[in-house]
Amino acid sequence: MSKLSDLLIPGLISLSLLALVGTELRAHPKEDATRTHIAVWVGWSGFEYDAFQSVVNDYNKSQNKIFVDLLSITGNSTKTLISTSAGIPPEISLLSGAEIPQFADAGAIDVLDDECKKHGWTQDKYVPGYWDVLQYQGHTMALPATPSTVALHYNVDILKRAGYAKPPETLEEMDEMVNKITTTEHGKVKLAGFLPQEPGWWTWCWGPFFGGQLWDGKSKITMNTPENLRAMKWVESFSKRFGPAQIQSYKSGFGVFASPQNAFLADKVAMEIQGVWMHNFIQKYNPKLRWGAAPFPYPKDRPDLKGHTVIDQDIFVLLKNCKHREEAIDFLDYLQHQGPMEKLCLGQKKSSPLRVKSPEFWAKQDNPYIHLFDDMAYHKGSFATPKIGIWAEYGAEIASVLDEVSLLQTTPEDALKAIDARMQPKLDQYLSRLEKRRKAEK
Amino acid sequence: MMRRKEARAGFLFALPWLFGLLAFMFYPLLMSLYYSFCDYSALRSPVWIGTDNYAELFHDEVFWTCVKNTLFYACFSLPLGMAMAIGLAMLLNTNVKGMTVYRTIFFIPSLVPMVSLAMLWLWILNGDYGVLNNALATFGIKGPNWLSDIAWTKPALILMSVWGVGNSMLIYLASLQDVPTSLLEASELDGASAWQKTRNVTLPMISPVIQFNMVMGIIGSLQVFAIPFVMFPAGIPARSTYFYAMYLYDNAFVYSRMGYASAMGWILFIVILLLTLIALKLSNKHVHYGGV
Repeated sequence: MSKLSDLLIPGLISLSLLALVGTELRAHPKEDATRTHIAVWVGWSGFEYDAFQSVVNDYNKSQNKIFVDLLSITGNSTKTLISTSAGIPPEISLLSGAEIPQFADAGAIDVLDDECKKHGWTQDKYVPGYWDVLQYQGHTMALPATPSTVALHYNVDILKRAGYAKPPETLEEMDEMVNKITTTEHGKVKLAGFLPQEPGWWTWCWGPFFGGQLWDGKSKITMNTPENLRAMKWVESFSKRFGPAQIQSYKSGFGVFASPQNAFLADKVAMEIQGVWMHNFIQKYNPKLRWGAAPFPYPKDRPDLKGHTVIDQDIFVLLKNCKHREEAIDFLDYLQHQGPMEKLCLGQKKSSPLRVKSPEFWAKQDNPYIHLFDDMAYHKGSFATPKIGIWAEYGAEIASVLDEVSLLQTTPEDALKAIDARMQPKLDQYLSRLEKRRKAEK
Repeated sequence: MMRRKEARAGFLFALPWLFGLLAFMFYPLLMSLYYSFCDYSALRSPVWIGTDNYAELFHDEVFWTCVKNTLFYACFSLPLGMAMAIGLAMLLNTNVKGMTVYRTIFFIPSLVPMVSLAMLWLWILNGDYGVLNNALATFGIKGPNWLSDIAWTKPALILMSVWGVGNSMLIYLASLQDVPTSLLEASELDGASAWQKTRNVTLPMISPVIQFNMVMGIIGSLQVFAIPFVMFPAGIPARSTYFYAMYLYDNAFVYSRMGYASAMGWILFIVILLLTLIALKLSNKHVHYGGV
């Protein structure tokens, strides 16, 4: 009797576990075990994930040899890094274009040169700005997923009330508009014309918008240049005009990006730098907002910079040492065809990275400025993050120093010197270690 | 023969735990020590570089910023947290009707998950619309911009740390209930005041628990990570909330500098070990073990 009661609890636990496994298997049956399964990890969620899942479903239905297991992962690049270091990477992972050098230098992603030739993934097929992001040290390291450029979004009604019928074309015009639109009451900002720190996603972009370079393309950090200094002084001018504490206080009232309390959607900031996706959020959280988009203004004395912008692109990489390389390439090839690519981009309400787009693709787009975002990617001066292996650290350094300048904790001159002084030794060390490693591997 | 059999059985029972300890504690510990002397990105095999990582750390401005921020946080949050926990435990040890309800109420906050807590405090501490500043305003006090003024971001985090004193409060409460009533009664008969009883009977009797919580507090406050990581990404504004563990994490998983991060980990380990030993040494003569 006692033996029976001794077995009762372990027995119940075992039965519960079996029931759990059974329920799980029933809810998520292993899709067609005869096919080769490839793992594709993305950081997308919500409607962006749904759009990709739909394309993946089409692919899974289109043939009976390969099955794509799609997974939405928070912090995808970190998890890709960890799984790769453990020797069990997914076949394909979605990264940001800025991450290519870091993963490529570490030998984590596969060079796609041969596949490009074989499958016709060539330069002439893609929009130049987007193709350029995929290239690193003379090799194609990734394929485009969904692309975006960045534009100045403006609130039509606020501009109209201030007496402006159109957005600024030059930075000088913009400054004048900002002065007129920004209103303060009892020392508090009530409405901002523009804030360089909002949304604060491309903290590195101000130098390039003034024609500056962040490095020389080989081995030198070039933050301390007249163009970058001009940009930093421009950022500082906002704090000098309206007060750092006042701006901080005003900003603290902004809600999270994806909410009706978003500063731009809640009429708190008249102009904001944003990507093609902003249209979706306007539709969702403030569909009555009358807005427009235009290229970010350029300095009056640099008309050559007119129409240039930030290129921001999600890319697919093929992980080295993945289990099913050939099958993964087959899926990547499927995605690079006009139909699936347009379906994905349309689902995510973005333009396509392919040069050729069907009339239906344009007709189905509901973003009235979709052509503008597409055109800007053709501009020769449009720029992405520098192709430098220490970019994550360099970008963080720029963001932190920009913060200090905005808070008037340091001068633009000292800030730029500080970035150069901190990052140049890091780059030297990185490149020298990389070189040594490459020589040793040869 | 029987003893050997028993020993073998005991060893077999302990084997899974021993395996876990060796595979998931000692091996990573030793490997991280080795990696700290290597250029290692986690994606490629490590390359021995001697003490370069350690030398670089000593010249790294951001490293020192993080050290200063972390020490500042620990110096204030630790005593404040301990004082709050002891104070609350003493209040909750009194004989008042409905005490279990009060105990539950004061313990519940420590059950809130870290990320939810961070989101909640973002709302409480908002400079313009926050609950705290609105409460202060009713007394005519103009609250600071807790989340964006670099002079107030660390005090804001220290203030928040008090929120999680529930666990140590519970340990203190348990130890307070173990204070022999005979000693308290004897001191009462001798005419001791409430403060004298606390100072000369209660605190000495719970001193081993105070010492334990102090050691745990030192370890916890020097490893502060989750809440600032969620509330102040990359230590904004201007790295005023960039703590040691955050920089370590960024080096390991964002900058792919696992060797550098390992060196940081070992420095933190040694600092915590030294501080703990110092704290134990200094407090030992004040710790009273009732049974001894």
